Amino acid sequence: MTITVPKPLAEEMYRRMQLIRRFEEWVVKLVESNEIAGVTHESVGQEAVAVGVCLALRDDDVITSTHRGHGHIIAKGGNVAHMLAELLGREGGYNKGRGGSMHIADMALGIFGANGIVTAGCPMACGTAYAFKRRGQDRVAASFFGDGGVNHGLFHEALNLAAIWALPVVFVCENNGYAITTPIASVTKVELYTRAAAYGMPGEAVDGMDVQAVYEATRRAVERARAGAGPSLIECRTYRFVGHYTAERFMKLDYRSDEEIVAWRKRDAIPAWSKRLGEAGLWRADDQRRCDAAVERELDQAVAIARQSPWPSADTALDHVYARTYPGLPAQGFE
Amino acid sequence: MSRQLRYLQAMNEAYHQEMERDSAMIILGEDIRGNLRGETRGLLAKFGPERVLDTPISEAAFVGFGTGAAMAGLRPIVQFQIASLVYLAFDQLVNNAAKMRLMMGGQATVPVTYTVMASGARNGLAGQHADNPYPYFLHAGIKTVCAASAYDAKGLLISAIREDDPVAFFAPAACLALRGEVPEEAYAIPFGVGEIKRPGSDVTVVAVGHLVPEAIQVADSFATEGISVQVWDPRSLLPLDKDGLCAAAARTGRVVIYDDTNRTCGFAAEVAALLAERVFGALKAPIKRITRADAPIAFSAPLEKAALPGPERLGAAIRVVCG
Repeated sequence: MTITVPKPLAEEMYRRMQLIRRFEEWVVKLVESNEIAGVTHESVGQEAVAVGVCLALRDDDVITSTHRGHGHIIAKGGNVAHMLAELLGREGGYNKGRGGSMHIADMALGIFGANGIVTAGCPMACGTAYAFKRRGQDRVAASFFGDGGVNHGLFHEALNLAAIWALPVVFVCENNGYAITTPIASVTKVELYTRAAAYGMPGEAVDGMDVQAVYEATRRAVERARAGAGPSLIECRTYRFVGHYTAERFMKLDYRSDEEIVAWRKRDAIPAWSKRLGEAGLWRADDQRRCDAAVERELDQAVAIARQSPWPSADTALDHVYARTYPGLPAQGFE
Repeated sequence: MSRQLRYLQAMNEAYHQEMERDSAMIILGEDIRGNLRGETRGLLAKFGPERVLDTPISEAAFVGFGTGAAMAGLRPIVQFQIASLVYLAFDQLVNNAAKMRLMMGGQATVPVTYTVMASGARNGLAGQHADNPYPYFLHAGIKTVCAASAYDAKGLLISAIREDDPVAFFAPAACLALRGEVPEEAYAIPFGVGEIKRPGSDVTVVAVGHLVPEAIQVADSFATEGISVQVWDPRSLLPLDKDGLCAAAARTGRVVIYDDTNRTCGFAAEVAALLAERVFGALKAPIKRITRADAPIAFSAPLEKAALPGPERLGAAIRVVCG
């Protein structure tokens, strides 16, 4: 399998995938040390999807992300220190500690929010894409969602809206095989990408463990969108190597067999891409080590910065509810 | 006599004037171009199909579309042709539009106006077309106004459109045919400022939407009995003019709340609780509420009437608190 992307891009694909992987592993540590509250959903195993899609976008394109969104944010260029500060609930976090793991946003980077409700970002991506189109901009909105999302009414409504108005949207289905514990095949009769046909848009399935395949498919969809030809659906077939959420591995759930997990781990996109870089003569063994070390340093520094970020002040709990407040709005729970 | 407009014409004028003022505004919903009732008359011809959008029957998606468009710099009006249709979009309203700004730590600005047409019951609309769902919006923290007259409709709608947050504008079914004085120029009625719609000194009726003109009629009928009835209209329900409400209540010391939403956790319950907390000492009688019953609205006329707040019950309540 040849590498068709230029060397700097190929290296950046590796770096971002590795950064996501190691970020998620830090998240697990910080959950276990009780530094991160709430629920976190790691995307370990799915890195090639986030990176392949986001590197096919321009900086001024927009994404909407999901509950399993850390990878998307990093792939779109998110600052890992601001992300970790957010996960720790600190004022220096992306969302000033108001959002946490499931709602990280950076409007300036075109990250219009991770969203904890399945497919909730799909119609928002349509609206954002409409704004671009109306202003005559050739910007694109990409909307991530999981395999479970294809049975959600919002998915169908949003694909239809995007199709009838030829909106520059790329719908990215991350098919990791399970809606939490429910196998997608048990709740869906057809191949997921074929849903596109019902709305009159192209749909294709790609190997979500191959970052270049995801990138190329996204490039095609993005070019189509920029040219005014409308939306596309891409089904990226991938796998999460870990539980639905951090604590799942202590629960001894048996919805997936160990053999299945091992088989997918053998297809891990990150070492596979490194190997291809080497085989293509783009990388020596030392190059990966240097890249990995830089990722470690970046994350070590990010964790330190996040831990030093101050907690939000309790008297700001009702800040940021409204753009414009009024006497008594928002109301406290006491008078 | 100054110019008179119907309520829907006043809304239409607000739409025209605001869309002319701000090219970032778009309007979308079902049957907008077809001008179902009159409030969207002329918009398509004047502003074109890119700013006047007919959507598929996809309430959840078009609300989410509005949120995404607003976050990207447009100022959408999202119209619901029937109030009960908001339920189909509830996740997008409550979990997304209303929460986006806080969840993002203030990064997102979501200037969307939801115009909720024909809310409340009117002659046989039955179970699924007679709701008045503003308490849900108040509970979700979505700014909400309810205009009781043509004048208020234009002024409150313009304020709603200019607000940089999601706002629900409720147009009660029973108000849509009202006529009244409406200035030609654009004007904004500020949020959080209630209005004494009829002065009086013995009892305050707090009335919302179509119950405001009803309450004024009832108040007039009490003049011959020597009972002076004040009618106070909050106009904006969130933010609520709490100081104005308390002042109006304290002035008379007697209060009847007249509201066409469910008794349990309805708007009247909130008003009663607020007055009990803040002006208990000024009250000369227990607060009374005349509300919708806690039941779906039945089709048949006598059943419908029995479940809705009505002028006879309001009159009886006024007599009780003044007795």
